[in-house]
Amino acid sequence: MQKTLKRYFPIFVLPTLCAFAFAFIIPFVMGVYLSFCKFKTITNAKFIGFDNYIKIFADKDFINAFLFTLKFSAVSIITVNLFAFVLALALTRKIKGTNLFRTVFFIPNLIGGIILGYIWQQMINAVLLKYETTLVANATYGFWGLVILMNWQMIGYMMIIYIAGLQNVPTDLIEAAEIDGATSLQTLFKVKIPMVMPSITICLFMTISNSFKLFDQNLALTAGAPSKKTAMLALDIYSTFYGRTGFEGVGQAKAVLFFIIVAAIALTQLLITRSKEVEQ
Amino acid sequence: MKAKKISDAIIFVILCVLVVLFITPVYFVVMNSFKGKLYISDNPFALPTAETFSRLTNYINGIQKTNFFGAFGWSLFITVFSVAAILLFTSMTAYYIIRVKGRVTSILYYMFVFSMIVPFQMVMFSMSKLANLTHLNNPVGIVFLYLGFGAGQSLFMFSGFIKSIPLEIEEAAMIDGCNPLQTFFGVVMPILKPTAITVSILNAMWIWNDYLLPYLVIGLSTPYKTIPVAVQYLVGSYGAKDMGAMMAILVMSIVPIIIFYLACQKYIIEGVVAGAVKG
Repeated sequence: MQKTLKRYFPIFVLPTLCAFAFAFIIPFVMGVYLSFCKFKTITNAKFIGFDNYIKIFADKDFINAFLFTLKFSAVSIITVNLFAFVLALALTRKIKGTNLFRTVFFIPNLIGGIILGYIWQQMINAVLLKYETTLVANATYGFWGLVILMNWQMIGYMMIIYIAGLQNVPTDLIEAAEIDGATSLQTLFKVKIPMVMPSITICLFMTISNSFKLFDQNLALTAGAPSKKTAMLALDIYSTFYGRTGFEGVGQAKAVLFFIIVAAIALTQLLITRSKEVEQ
Repeated sequence: MKAKKISDAIIFVILCVLVVLFITPVYFVVMNSFKGKLYISDNPFALPTAETFSRLTNYINGIQKTNFFGAFGWSLFITVFSVAAILLFTSMTAYYIIRVKGRVTSILYYMFVFSMIVPFQMVMFSMSKLANLTHLNNPVGIVFLYLGFGAGQSLFMFSGFIKSIPLEIEEAAMIDGCNPLQTFFGVVMPILKPTAITVSILNAMWIWNDYLLPYLVIGLSTPYKTIPVAVQYLVGSYGAKDMGAMMAILVMSIVPIIIFYLACQKYIIEGVVAGAVKG
């Protein structure tokens, strides 16, 4: 069977492989090479070694974007997961209207980042107008605006995953704990949370990687204003590429660093989930 | 039991408050989309009154300025054809990679998996320049690029499922005289249906909302703008901002998503859970 199938390579594999080459393999290899070059377009690149990488570390905007991203991710990871988990607990108690609640909480997740960003920009500005200021007047407003937006968008998604996890906890385990006289807090911390650890790991990493890669929402909500103070890593890379002539190489070098950070997060997740699977 | 009833009642009230908070932003844009653009800032959360009500002016302005129905059409075209291409081609490739064991297929597999962890920023510049050079900067070219950039995750999910399909069924089909194409479409494809639904939902959500790829590849000056690109164009580059038109366009961008969600809620929720656990 393998032999007959093997002859069908052009039909089964070639279309995907062609598209994959154009959209990923060639751009990726070129991207790594271009990060060591000075260039305006991809056809006139000149090799210059590590210059672009050295320039990054003198770039205040990049360091600021990195710190901003770290701070944003830390706050969002905690808030999103806490709220999502509490909501999931509330929605697995078989209260009236559970389906309606779940539907409403999940909707924001389906709306695109650009549109979400502008909805919140308009609403936050409408509120701040009463205090005669705007979202872009102060970087703190932008920071919390992004955190609120992220929560609004991600809570429903994470909640759905936690609900699925909680529903898989065997009821006899919980009943046994109750018969043994465990309080509901004890059941929560000693039975439910250990049993949904896999869901918690998944959700933590999904929020980390979504926070780190956030772009559309950032562009729409503040576009980095005031003076690039609320620009996150992805937006900083974008504006280095397209906002500063002569800095395309530096932009590409930043993109390579960004890739390494994101890949490190993803690999850690893989290692942790793998080792958990073995234990069970 | 009584204690549970009381705490359930308290939780119910809190949930209702949260629902109101969650709906507020949507309520806000809907209300203001019906107000004259000069009145929007006065009392942003109030219902339109006889004085501030602007009928459909904002909608007409917004639709004209962004060519909204054109953008809707291109978003639909790109999403539908990209998802169809991803479903068809990545499931075939995944099947080949799993069933033909060898060095080539395992290298291919690891390359596809590797692409999953690479952020778009890493390839965006060279990909969009390459697309310009090779004349892929049109809606059909974008479908091709989405197939390539989305292949990794979809292929990963398909191959995970194909591994669990017993070989005997396919062997029986082969003995009955089916060629690999007939076996795949007649026997394997129907079994893949649950994964196919998950893959379609996840890709449709991504492609419909994606801004950067169509923006960088097609740009602002063409008639092929998708909805996110058209929204950014209306808000970002217009000198005098027309807040009313903006609110109207934001509402019109949300409505199709909400209709789609209410129609296929079951599949979307299942797809999202399955995607999170496997991806």
